[in-house]
Amino acid sequence: MAGDNQTVSEYIVHHLTNLTYGRLPEGFERTNAEGGIEKIGQGGSWVMAHGAEEIAAMGFFAIHVDSMLWSIGLGALFCWFFFRQSRRVSAESPSGSIALVEMIVEFVDNTVKDTFHGKNALIAPLALTIFVWVFLMNLMDLIPVDLIPWALSTGIETIGFVGVEYQKIVPSTDPNITMGMAVGVFILMLFYSIKVKRFGFVKELTMNPFNHPLFIPVNLFMETVGLLAKPFSLGLRLFGNMYAGEMIFILIAALFSAGLLWVLPAAILQIGWAIFHILVITLQAFIFMVLTIVYLSMAHEDH
Amino acid sequence: MNINLTLFGQMIAFICFVVFCMRFVWPPIIAAMAEREKKIADGLAAADRANDDLAVAKETVAQELQQAKAEAAGIVDAANKRAVQILDEAKEAALAEAERLKESAITDIEQERQRAKEQLRGELSALTMQGAQKVLGVEINQNTHERLIEELAENW
Repeated sequence: MAGDNQTVSEYIVHHLTNLTYGRLPEGFERTNAEGGIEKIGQGGSWVMAHGAEEIAAMGFFAIHVDSMLWSIGLGALFCWFFFRQSRRVSAESPSGSIALVEMIVEFVDNTVKDTFHGKNALIAPLALTIFVWVFLMNLMDLIPVDLIPWALSTGIETIGFVGVEYQKIVPSTDPNITMGMAVGVFILMLFYSIKVKRFGFVKELTMNPFNHPLFIPVNLFMETVGLLAKPFSLGLRLFGNMYAGEMIFILIAALFSAGLLWVLPAAILQIGWAIFHILVITLQAFIFMVLTIVYLSMAHEDH
Repeated sequence: MNINLTLFGQMIAFICFVVFCMRFVWPPIIAAMAEREKKIADGLAAADRANDDLAVAKETVAQELQQAKAEAAGIVDAANKRAVQILDEAKEAALAEAERLKESAITDIEQERQRAKEQLRGELSALTMQGAQKVLGVEINQNTHERLIEELAENW
């Protein structure tokens, strides 16, 4: 809810700010709790950022604590749950959660078999990890936008601890998270391209689409752009979709504070968008997985 | 929307989770599923084989049944024949016995007749004597008329 002393735009910006831990550069003037100004000493200082200005000043040497913790937490949840079921599976008839796990595994396995024709023990577990992990990260979008940030700030302060100022609970609305995975996939693409095709990979980059030595610079430029477009499209597609979805949720949440008259329409919008979003989060996880398989499949095949 | 160290943090986490999944999660699940698939395929094949076996067994049973029926029919035939034979034999024996009995009865009757004849013959002489005495009014001496009486009896 937009607080009593918060404008709607402040509310939205607040919801889009990550909890950031980073290094403030030397000479940065920081406003402390009492309103005084504190100058950062030599070598900079690693602190929790208060506000967009400090985050901007931190630049690259910062880490989104909320994104990292939620992402790793969800990844660990995936690993724990699937590991536990993998100890329990047997050739006997599966039941309950084992059946769920087997269903997902079989689905991923079929998708991989349909798309990827080489032999590589990494692809299928990679696809499974991506699918389930991205799905879980996207799923956080369905938790009411204010619930966890409120619990971690006002809730904790009520008990008497220092509240957490910012909290973004959907890791896939953070480009660092989606691009981190996309770059991971990109590195695998390069690795397998070189490993499988060796010199053929260089030839692919330089002799396509114009098969003439004179055109090597043109070809190289075009192919490099094409190659780099893959991780960007992979990471930014997921980020864009989730960010937009999250934004709509935040706007709907802001609508609740626009007056009593708006509560019912906002509630209907909230439910409608959430139901629609169930489709989006699954679809985006699936697309990320399929594109990963397709890109790695291309890295394995000469064409 | 700042790109920062989170990118690398996520990359490292990504690698760790993928490696974990590849090492500990994927292989046992896939192995169990493959094993189950094989088990089901084996089971279906076994069922097919059992069906074939059943068909063969049914055929054998039918053959054996037919054979047994034929055998039984043969036995019944033989038994019937034997029964007729026994009946015939019994009939013959009975007829023979009846003939024998008849013959012996005839013999007996004949004997009885002879005996009665003898007796009557003996009694006749006495009766004749008595009658003659009555008629003649004299006692006829048996010894005197012995020859006459004997002659009479002889011709009777």
